[in-house]
Amino acid sequence: MSDAAPYVSSFVLEYAYKRSLGPVLSEFFTGLRDGVLKGARTADGRVLVPPTEYDPQSGAAIDGLVVVSETGTIVTWTWVEHPDPKHPVDVPFAFALVRLDGTDTDLLHVVVGDRQALSSGARVRLAWKPAAERVGAMTDIAGFHLLAG
Amino acid sequence: MSTDPKSPAEPSARPPVTRFKSPVRIAYEVAAGAVTARFLDGIMQGRLEGRRCPTCEKVYIPPRGSCPTCAVPTSEPVDVGPRGTVTTYSVIRFPFEGQVLTPPYACAHVLLDGADVPLLHIVGDCDVDRVRMGMRVEAVWTDELAATLESIRYFRPVDEEDVPYEDIREHI
Repeated sequence: MSDAAPYVSSFVLEYAYKRSLGPVLSEFFTGLRDGVLKGARTADGRVLVPPTEYDPQSGAAIDGLVVVSETGTIVTWTWVEHPDPKHPVDVPFAFALVRLDGTDTDLLHVVVGDRQALSSGARVRLAWKPAAERVGAMTDIAGFHLLAG
Repeated sequence: MSTDPKSPAEPSARPPVTRFKSPVRIAYEVAAGAVTARFLDGIMQGRLEGRRCPTCEKVYIPPRGSCPTCAVPTSEPVDVGPRGTVTTYSVIRFPFEGQVLTPPYACAHVLLDGADVPLLHIVGDCDVDRVRMGMRVEAVWTDELAATLESIRYFRPVDEEDVPYEDIREHI
C-alpha cells in the first residue's frame, strides 16, 4: 500500500445534446419564451401541461395547444433547505407538483416562499423571468409564489 | 426570483424556438484505493504491476483488488510486460469533440506478457494499416513519469513473429 498522499483524479463526463423539438414542443417552448404557458388539449377535452405530442391514454394526436391559467394548487412538494449549484434558485425552496387551474396533469417546478405556509392544497401563481432573459426553456418560468390566504 | 407584470406578453415577432439544449454533465472525483495506488506507484517507476487471483491464477492489469470471477482478494503482485501482443484494435479515422490525438490512430488491446487481460492503449510508431491481431509491441514511456497510464506514450512494434490467434483467443 502506498504511503504517499492518495491519488485522486477529477473527471467530467459531458454530452452536449441538442434536440429538435417538433411542432408541439416547439409551440410550447416558443410560448415560454414569449411568456405564454400552453398545454395540449386532447380529443376528450383534457389539458396536459407540459404538453405531450400524443394523448398518453389513446395514442391519438393532440387537438392543438391552448393557453392555460397561471394560477394553480400545490399537489405535493419537497423542501430543499440547502440548494446546490445546479438548482434553479439559490435560496431555500420547494420542488412542487402544481395542478394549474383547468388542467389535468401536474407540472413540476419551483416554489419559493415561507416553508410554514407550504401545504398540499396551497394556492400558487406563476412568476416569469424577465422577457429579456427568456430563451425557450422550463426555466423561463422563474417559479411559483404562494398566494396569500 | 422576479415577476414580469406585463406577462403574458403578446406573441413575439421572433422566430419560433425549434431546438433545445439539454446537456448532460457529471463532474466527479475518483480516489485510487490501495491496489490502484500501488499500481500507480509502479507506473511512476516505469513498472507495470498486475495482481494474480489465487484461485483461477489470472493476472489482472490494471490490477483489481478482487477477482471478478472468483470473488476472492487478489493476493500476489506480478510484474508484467513491458512487451505484449495486440489482441484486437480499432483505427480511428474521424475527428470528434474532445479528441486528444490526431486521426488516424490505432487503439488496441495489448495483452502484456504475463497478464491474462488486455490493457487498452494506443499503437504508435507504426502505420495504422499495419496494426494487426497478434502483432508484438512494447511500451514506450514518457520522459517524465506521472501516476497515470498516459506515462506510456504508446506501444510500438517490435521485431518478433506474430502470435498465432489460438494463443490469444482467450484473452481478446
